[in-house]
Amino acid sequence: MARHRELGLTDAEYELIVVKLEREPNEVELAVFSLMWSEHCGYKHSRRLLRTLPTEGPKLILGPGENAGAVAIGDGLACAFKVESHNHPSAVEPFQGAATGVGGILRDVFAIGARPIAILDSLRFGEVAGSPRSRYLLEHAVAGIGHYGNSIGVATVGGEIYFEGPYEQNCLINAMCVGLIETDKLIRSAAAGVGNVVVLFGARTGRDGIGGASVLASAELGDADADKRPTVQIGDPFEEKKLLECSLELLDEGLLVALQDLGAAGLTSSSAEMAAKGEVGIDLDVRRVPLREADMEPFEIMISESQERMLCVVEPERVTAVLAVCDKWEVNATAIGEVTGSGRLRVFDDGDLVGDLPVGALVDECPAYDLEPAPPAIPIYPPPPRVLGEGLDAGATLLALLGSANLASRRWAFEQYDCIVGSRTVRRPGQSDAAVLRLDGGGALAVSIDGNGRRVAVDPYRGAVEAVLECSANLACAGAEPLGLTNCLNFGNPEKPHIAWQLTRAVAGLGDACRALGVPVVGGNVSLYNEGGGGPIYPTPVVGMVGELPDPARAGRLGFAQEGDVVALIAAGWSPAAAGSELAKLRGEALEGELPAAELGELRALHAAVRQGVRSGALRSAHDVAEGGLAVALAECSLAGGLGASIDFGAPAGEALLFGEGPGAFVVSAAREALARFGSAARVVGTVGGDALRIEGVLDVPVAELARVHAGGLADLLR
Amino acid sequence: MRFGVVRFPGSCDEVDALLAARLVGEAEILWHGDTDLKGVDAVIVPGGFSYGDYLRVGAIARFAPVMGEVERFARHGGLVLGICNGFQVLCEAGLLPGALLPNTSLRFVCRQVDLEVVNADIPWTRACSAGERLSIPAKHTTGRYYAPDPVLDEMEANDQVVLRYAPGSSFNGSARDIAGVCNAAGNVLGLMPHPEHAVDVLTGSVDGLKLIGAAA
Repeated sequence: MARHRELGLTDAEYELIVVKLEREPNEVELAVFSLMWSEHCGYKHSRRLLRTLPTEGPKLILGPGENAGAVAIGDGLACAFKVESHNHPSAVEPFQGAATGVGGILRDVFAIGARPIAILDSLRFGEVAGSPRSRYLLEHAVAGIGHYGNSIGVATVGGEIYFEGPYEQNCLINAMCVGLIETDKLIRSAAAGVGNVVVLFGARTGRDGIGGASVLASAELGDADADKRPTVQIGDPFEEKKLLECSLELLDEGLLVALQDLGAAGLTSSSAEMAAKGEVGIDLDVRRVPLREADMEPFEIMISESQERMLCVVEPERVTAVLAVCDKWEVNATAIGEVTGSGRLRVFDDGDLVGDLPVGALVDECPAYDLEPAPPAIPIYPPPPRVLGEGLDAGATLLALLGSANLASRRWAFEQYDCIVGSRTVRRPGQSDAAVLRLDGGGALAVSIDGNGRRVAVDPYRGAVEAVLECSANLACAGAEPLGLTNCLNFGNPEKPHIAWQLTRAVAGLGDACRALGVPVVGGNVSLYNEGGGGPIYPTPVVGMVGELPDPARAGRLGFAQEGDVVALIAAGWSPAAAGSELAKLRGEALEGELPAAELGELRALHAAVRQGVRSGALRSAHDVAEGGLAVALAECSLAGGLGASIDFGAPAGEALLFGEGPGAFVVSAAREALARFGSAARVVGTVGGDALRIEGVLDVPVAELARVHAGGLADLLR
Repeated sequence: MRFGVVRFPGSCDEVDALLAARLVGEAEILWHGDTDLKGVDAVIVPGGFSYGDYLRVGAIARFAPVMGEVERFARHGGLVLGICNGFQVLCEAGLLPGALLPNTSLRFVCRQVDLEVVNADIPWTRACSAGERLSIPAKHTTGRYYAPDPVLDEMEANDQVVLRYAPGSSFNGSARDIAGVCNAAGNVLGLMPHPEHAVDVLTGSVDGLKLIGAAA
């Protein structure tokens, strides 16, 4: 096979490279092009679609295109955040894949000068019950995330885990990082100043991760993936901890012109992107790069994905000071090149020119392809296996749902993460629908990450809308107003029309929901080609949202708080249905039917009302009705508060009301008089108290029984 | 009262310890490479993963230049508090008896735990009463306290077992549910749970202030 095809380039792309270079590329140049023009770096199949997302907002400070996005949070501070995938490496080697996913997203955030304060994760695996592989992936990915986040001292405050058959071969590991920075200290990645010095600092460069972006991240997984293990990088959180402190000290002392992390495609993409953004050129000498193995070829040094490295641009007179700070933190630092006015990325090997590339062609002229979407003629996904017997009453159904892998307690996972380091965590996992982190100036941030691939598979547009609504609802329950959103689009092969259709519809849904809620997209990541032998994954847009609240002491809680409080349902346009629900899944129903439509304007007002109710202290608990429906939401409020409740809907509740799903409802508890402000929007349905959850005429289950099933659902599978 | 908080490469909870100490006194960072304790009245060796802890936990940090001074300070009766990784470092340094082994689950666990004050007569616990319960978070992979039984017997006889996990709270398999121990003189305390993360009702509990504040 032609060399360019082995590297993932099409014949047409190769011909285009020859035109751009006005000659055949040599090995170094071909390697660089293959990475820069990979889906992972060049967004060939998604760039045009992503441009349709709303990226403007009054609080927006840094939008898509930088290492991370940022929004204003008052007091001259900005909150930087981004979500990114590390799916394919994790499917091959889950511990290191997940660990370096965390390491990568942390670097993105401190590359703009922000100190990371929180990590969240969104994970998808196959069904753990019947699959040793899925258990292995889950256990090792969770351990890897903990290993990296715990060791570097950044709190992992939230996340989600779902188990669905289509993720069996291709798990999803999305990691989100949130950081804080004084707005006037934000640093860009654009190289500037001809004659300025390019300094590489951090870990030594080795052969790990050679070709990760093109080989792993931009092609479907196949049977021979064990052979791809050398393309998975090995993480060293200790090195990154030093790198983090060193980078922030360099910025604090004003020593840098520009800063960029080395992620996918290593030195190649970091130098090319810095040069492209600054509209300058960069000369690099690969022989000056500190190596783990002395005999590395120039192309290997250029494309290595060794972790824990940063690239910066420094004025010549400040190089000594930069090296001194790096020395203090015991971080390697080496001047490896300089900024030029040539507009070219020139690669030298001990002074010999071994690659000469036009920066514009590498970055801005990467081909973009139009998708050719077409709805599938036949269902893409088989129905999930039926695991629920016939004729269960409502109580047994509720217990089955609470104990199912998707709804059972996540304590097994989140206890493996340090959620408190940094002294900001006001709401830990399980205490509120969103994690809450206090700010030094008095207010607090709330963060949430969400996405339900099965519902997106049923209806890509409405499913994606729901992902945005779910995050916004979670924030409302904490009392927070959304400021910005980041997303990670995990899809199958976009060159297939039905996947292109899923992607197109989902991005349309994300865009419409963001516009309606007034939340800008500050950046994100795309992970395509998530297909294995068993077909594509569920289309999985994962949404991460950051919001603010004025008073951390009034951050919302999800658990019932006090005996005698009334329980109310606050809803708007809520029409729960069986389609795409957890109950439908347990019953093995096909992924079809119609997800309820969302009246977005009405829901925005609903979220604002709940938010105000929490902020004012009127609501003692607030929890949005999501997976599993209303009965599960009530049970979760009981479990979190350790208190039962007696509920009466006035008429015997049917299955759609109890277990149907759809956006637009919250379970709240409050003193009766405090609910007056909600008028008819709040429908009182019961009272907090007792040691059982009772729904009149339907079910009566002791809280202890709910707790036993909920606690054991996942943990027992992993014992 | 002035606290010094040691910072090693890989320390994670040193800023938390600094903030906590500042609630009850003054506090500053002591750099691992320095050999000057800056005249502080008490030293906190904080949590984290010093030098990555890729060897044995605390085994490298124990040789940091600053630790020579901390040892001298401790042997002259100076107040030293080792938290989590700091506890591990103090054991490695021989300032405290015993050792910390991997949790029986071999997993990192982060959980709010209840501690029982066993010895309320050392400088770090004098604000507590014997038998009092403290709610403090613990988070570690290597927190299973171990010492041979004769050593444990001697420690108990000498009142060196300062804190125990309350019934149902121990998750790491520690010998005799030991959460914190002191040296024979009582000026050096090491514990696995994190009192610096229990200094504000907003973030969960204020019970940790009783330990840190007692020294002030």
